[in-house]
Amino acid sequence: MATIVKPLGLAFCFLALSGCAPAPSLYYWGEYEDLIYQMYAEPGSADPATQIAKLREDIGKAGEAGKPVPPGLHAHLGYLYFLQSDTHAAVLEFETEKKLFPESATFVDGMLGRLKK
Amino acid sequence: MKSVHPILQCWLALLLITITGCAATPPFDYSLFRSHRPRSILVLPPLNQTTDVNAPYSYLSTITRPLAECGYYVYPVAVVDAYMKENGLPSAEEMHGVALKKIRDIIGADAVLYVTIEEWGQKYVVVQSVTTIRATAQLIDTVSGQVIWHGTQAVSQGSGGGGDPIAMLIAAAVTQMIGNVSDFTHDLSRTANHGMIYNVDNGFLAGPYLPPQENEHCGKY
Repeated sequence: MATIVKPLGLAFCFLALSGCAPAPSLYYWGEYEDLIYQMYAEPGSADPATQIAKLREDIGKAGEAGKPVPPGLHAHLGYLYFLQSDTHAAVLEFETEKKLFPESATFVDGMLGRLKK
Repeated sequence: MKSVHPILQCWLALLLITITGCAATPPFDYSLFRSHRPRSILVLPPLNQTTDVNAPYSYLSTITRPLAECGYYVYPVAVVDAYMKENGLPSAEEMHGVALKKIRDIIGADAVLYVTIEEWGQKYVVVQSVTTIRATAQLIDTVSGQVIWHGTQAVSQGSGGGGDPIAMLIAAAVTQMIGNVSDFTHDLSRTANHGMIYNVDNGFLAGPYLPPQENEHCGKY
C-alpha cells in the first residue's frame, strides 16, 4: 500500500507546485532554440550531426519530464536528417510532427512529397 | 518644511509625464484577432533595417517559444527559412513579398507574423553604453489579408548609472568587457519578445493549445 501512496503523494505535490508557479511551460524546450541561434551565428558549432544528437537527447529528457517537445522540433529534426541524406529517418520525423501537431499537415506533406520523389 | 531638491523635482515631473503618457494609450482593438483566431503561425525571417547581420536570426531564434507557450502552432523557423531559400527566395524582403494565398496553399499557416527590426545593439552615450532592441510586428490572417494584431517591442538596457562618473566609467568598461555583445543582445531579444506577446494590454490572445486562462490572454501581467 505504502508503495502506491508514496508516488501519488509526490505527484500531488508536483501538481500543487506547478499550480503555484507563475508560468508552467507547455513544452520541454531543451536546446531547440539555442541550436537555431548557433546554426546561424556560429555555423561550425551546430552542424546537422551535432544538432541531431542534442535534439535526440532533448526528446529523451522531455519524455522523462513528462512534457511534449515544442511545435516544429520534429520537423526541424526531419530536415536535419534530410541534410544528411537519411531519408528514412527524415520521413519518420516529419510524420511525428504531423501526428503531434495536425496544423503542420500541409507543410509536412509538401516536404514528404519532395522526400519520397 | 524643506523644499524638494530641483533635480528631484525634475525627475518627479518626468515620472508624471511618463505615467500620463501611458494612461492616454487607447485600449487595443482585439475584434479582428477574436474573429479570426488562428491556430498556426508562420514567422518569416524579419526585415532588417539595422547594420547587424545577425539580428534577424537572433530574433528568429527567440520568437518560437513565447508564441508556442501562448498556445499556437509555430512552424519550424529554420526549416521554413531554408525551404524558401531553396525555392528562389534568398532574402527576407523576397519572403515578405510572397502572396498570402501561396503561403496558405504551400505551408497551410492561418496567420503570418511579419517583423521589421528597427534598432539592434549598442550605442554609446557619454560613458554609458545602451543596448537597444526595437522591432515592429504584424500578424496577418492568410485568408482575409487583414492585420489581426500588431505590436512594437522596444527594450533598452544600460550599463553604468549611479552618478559617480568614475564608477560609471568602470561599469561601462566592465559591461563591454563581459565578452559577447551579440549574446547579450540575444538575451535581450528573448526578454523583448516575451514582453511583446505576454502583455495583457496589447499582447497576444491565447491560442488553442493553452488550457483555459483567467482572461483571454496568455499573459497574466
